[in-house]
Amino acid sequence: MSITRFFRRRYWDEERARELEAYLAQEIDDNLARGMRPQEARAAAHRKLGNTTLIREEIYTMNSFGWLESIWQDLRYGARILRRNPVFALVTIASLALGIGATTAIFQLVNAVEFRLLPVRAPRELAEVRPVSGSRWGNSTGRRAYATYAMWDEIRRTQHSFSGMLAWGVNRLDLSTEGESRFIDGLWVSGGFFDVLGVAPQIGRLFSDADDTPGCGVAGVVISDAFWQRQYGGARSAVGTTLRLNGRPFDIIGVTPPGFSGVEVGRSFDVAVPLCTEPLLEPERNAVAKRHYWWLDVIGRLRPGVTLEKASAELTAMSPAVTRATIAPQLPPQPAKRFLELKLTAVPAGTGVSYLRGAYQQPLRILLAVAGGVLLIVCANLASLMLARATARDREIAVRLAIGASRARIVRQLMAESLLLAGIGAAAGAFIARVFSGYLVTFMSTNSSRLFFDLGADWRVLGFTCAVAGLACVLFGLTPALRATRQNARAAIRSGRGMTDGRERFGIRRILVVVQVTLSLVLVVTSLLFVRTARNLATVDPGFRTDGILVADFDVHAANVPIELQPRFERDLRERIAAIPGVSAAVDAAIQPLVGSIWNDDVVVGGVALKTITNENHVSPGFFRALDIPLVAGRDFKESDLPGTPWVAIVNQAFAEKLLGTKQPIGRTFKLLASPGEPDPTYEVVGMVANTKYSDVRDGLGPIAYFPEAQMPTPDPQLSEVQVLVRSSLPLSAISPAITAAARAIHPSLLVSYRSLRADAEGTFLRERLMATLSGFFAGLAALLAMIGLYGVLSYIVTRRSNEIGIRLALGAEPRRVLTMILREAGALLTVGLIVGGVLSIFADRATETLLYGVKPSDPLTIALAIGGLAAVGVFASWLPARRASHLQPTLALREE
Amino acid sequence: MPRRGTPPIEGDMLQGTLDVLVLKTLQVGPAHGHTIAHAIEHRSEDVLQVEHGSLYPALHRLEDRGWIASFWGTSENNRRARYYRLTPKGRKQLEAQTTRWDEIVRAVNRILRPASE
Repeated sequence: MSITRFFRRRYWDEERARELEAYLAQEIDDNLARGMRPQEARAAAHRKLGNTTLIREEIYTMNSFGWLESIWQDLRYGARILRRNPVFALVTIASLALGIGATTAIFQLVNAVEFRLLPVRAPRELAEVRPVSGSRWGNSTGRRAYATYAMWDEIRRTQHSFSGMLAWGVNRLDLSTEGESRFIDGLWVSGGFFDVLGVAPQIGRLFSDADDTPGCGVAGVVISDAFWQRQYGGARSAVGTTLRLNGRPFDIIGVTPPGFSGVEVGRSFDVAVPLCTEPLLEPERNAVAKRHYWWLDVIGRLRPGVTLEKASAELTAMSPAVTRATIAPQLPPQPAKRFLELKLTAVPAGTGVSYLRGAYQQPLRILLAVAGGVLLIVCANLASLMLARATARDREIAVRLAIGASRARIVRQLMAESLLLAGIGAAAGAFIARVFSGYLVTFMSTNSSRLFFDLGADWRVLGFTCAVAGLACVLFGLTPALRATRQNARAAIRSGRGMTDGRERFGIRRILVVVQVTLSLVLVVTSLLFVRTARNLATVDPGFRTDGILVADFDVHAANVPIELQPRFERDLRERIAAIPGVSAAVDAAIQPLVGSIWNDDVVVGGVALKTITNENHVSPGFFRALDIPLVAGRDFKESDLPGTPWVAIVNQAFAEKLLGTKQPIGRTFKLLASPGEPDPTYEVVGMVANTKYSDVRDGLGPIAYFPEAQMPTPDPQLSEVQVLVRSSLPLSAISPAITAAARAIHPSLLVSYRSLRADAEGTFLRERLMATLSGFFAGLAALLAMIGLYGVLSYIVTRRSNEIGIRLALGAEPRRVLTMILREAGALLTVGLIVGGVLSIFADRATETLLYGVKPSDPLTIALAIGGLAAVGVFASWLPARRASHLQPTLALREE
Repeated sequence: MPRRGTPPIEGDMLQGTLDVLVLKTLQVGPAHGHTIAHAIEHRSEDVLQVEHGSLYPALHRLEDRGWIASFWGTSENNRRARYYRLTPKGRKQLEAQTTRWDEIVRAVNRILRPASE
């Protein structure tokens, strides 16, 4: 049959009806002509034709897809039923929307972090070049960076597996030329970056190999669609204008298409500049020329016919040649050996590369499981509700069965209702998910690291939502539907409401409540673990005071400070800041503590290189006082500790004990493992301070060595940055203008940016905060739903047994006994649920182990706390129906029947 | 009225049979449902008693397949009636089905009345 007929089936039905009318008229005419009486003629004609309704129906079904028609009918019937019970519909849809929305939102993130392919040509052909063994010695930027410029160049020139290769590095470029810095996210990209990816310009042009020639100086800049919209309002005239980056003018040559945000998941870019401009933009770093500077990532597009394994094997085979050709001359023997052991491999890069994947994969999966648990509890509640409604509709269903409806037909009809609920719930859930996941990304971002995810719905998210909705529908709809139709029709019609109810029907609802309690306990335990982790991290003592410290980063390129004037300049800057009213101290530190920055070296004591390395920091006098780090022995640095005076160091207690083997280190000396040809000073310990955390609050208290800021073995020929820690009781916003003004007084073109030490440090346990907040929210929701479930079942039991209870009361049972009877019922459900849940959480929460801090997955206190909390709320939830039962008026209860 | 001794074939006629009979009837020219029903009855000398109603689903089916086409016209006694005519496709079908029918009849006959020589 044709689809057009399907849509015009009503027209055809009328048409055929008219045709049949015409037949009758004709036949009656004929019959009259044959001499029949009118009435007889009509009857004979009808007899001759047969049952017209049947004929029309036959034609109608010919025009229709039978099953479709009846499903549509079922859905309409379901919609009618729901319209008649708006409260039920609303509650159901709202709880489903919450459950599905939460699950989908988390899945959107999982999808964005793990599964989404890059929006480039044939993303599955991309492979990342990555070392699997050996070690990187030297300086590195960012959390990735697996190659030096020399390595990139060597790999690109000698490999055969890839049809094209690209390299990129991340940077932060300053748009501002004076006053406060305005940083944007930049990319260094190789000339073929966009070509190899197959990304075409939206307007203008993108880079080619010609743009990336060594020593290119100022080149063009490519901007992202987001930056174009934000900065230029999407005006086409932006192309051709000039953008100042780190003070240098760059011509905008093109805009990348919307949707393309680079190859790193979780990070977008504003501008991209060729690799060859790095020496110009970062003159004192000049990573292009340095063989110990790790700042690039390399991706290649596999040649047709070359598998990932083949490419990987080639890379591994060529690794020795690459490392021999690119080894940094200043590498000491040990690091040199480790560098030469570097083995390169290829890993798939179709979904982009990301450090976030490692950091967030497991947390997101746990959150997905938690959200799924909430959804299961929602389903259990709804199933319970559906069972209750099915019971109320017993008679209707019994009548239908009795007059010949097949069981399958009725199950289908009941399922249509569930499907309708699940469908609407899923649609609302999808909407909630969009809002929620966007909010989550904001939550995961900090001032210093903006996160970016492409959260657009794709077929995976859509499929996931549909699958979840379908599963939910089966879970909460099917069992009630099957049970509703299994009844004994005759009994149902005759009986109305029994004196007591069958145990069996309560059975399933009891099981549902137990499952809910079990699940919610597992979720509550999980969330408590995360909450305690976040609390532990927030309250851990790093060994110094973190609050009230402002970190001011000065970009001092413009001042052109030569080596000999650098100590004077730094001292001048911090003294001017210290003079600002409200500032109690201003000290310099090369490394800002607790934010992941690390500076470390091998230690040489008595001419022997130790196996333990030490973390280090270069600080100005007053650093320890400003941060409240106790000076245990010896002296602080002095302004007179300058180049040319004896090399001095202050160590912490861990350094003294572990590396020097003494508790009285004053006067002892040590060296740091230096590169060949570099100065190799001997440091004398002049002071010892208490232990503190260094780069991460999660770490233990390891050895730290402090050196005077003014005594750098290899100072930069030109001072580029100064980091000042400012202690003040005033808020950041109140004090930063004065600091900016102080900097400007020294030189008009100094740039400065501000952060709060505490907020920065807290930014490092964002993940734990996210886990605590989200799992806490979900667990609360789960517990609430489970308690509603418990309350619902008990209320239901009380209602169904009101006859029985009425009789008991009438015969003289004390209300107290009725109360205990109901409470005992609730207690049994709770106990079973909590015991099973307790055991289950011991197993389930093993998955959280690596994400916890200061608490074990099977922490007895946490489990006890969760059980106690849920039991208390559970008793409260059952108290209400139990009280109602004990206050039943026997006469009323009995009269009801 | 059926002739005595040969009871009419009632009930479900083979579906294909009714189809080919309708096509055959229309071979001489357009006709409406009433005419077709009576024509089949008459020409089979009342052996094939079609319940006239069952003709309409058949007509609908044939039209759906594009073997016949329809239009509204005026009948002999000035009533509006839907007329059907054979399409070229239907004509081909008629030939094919007639041949097929002959084959079946011959085959069945060979079994029922084996040549007795």
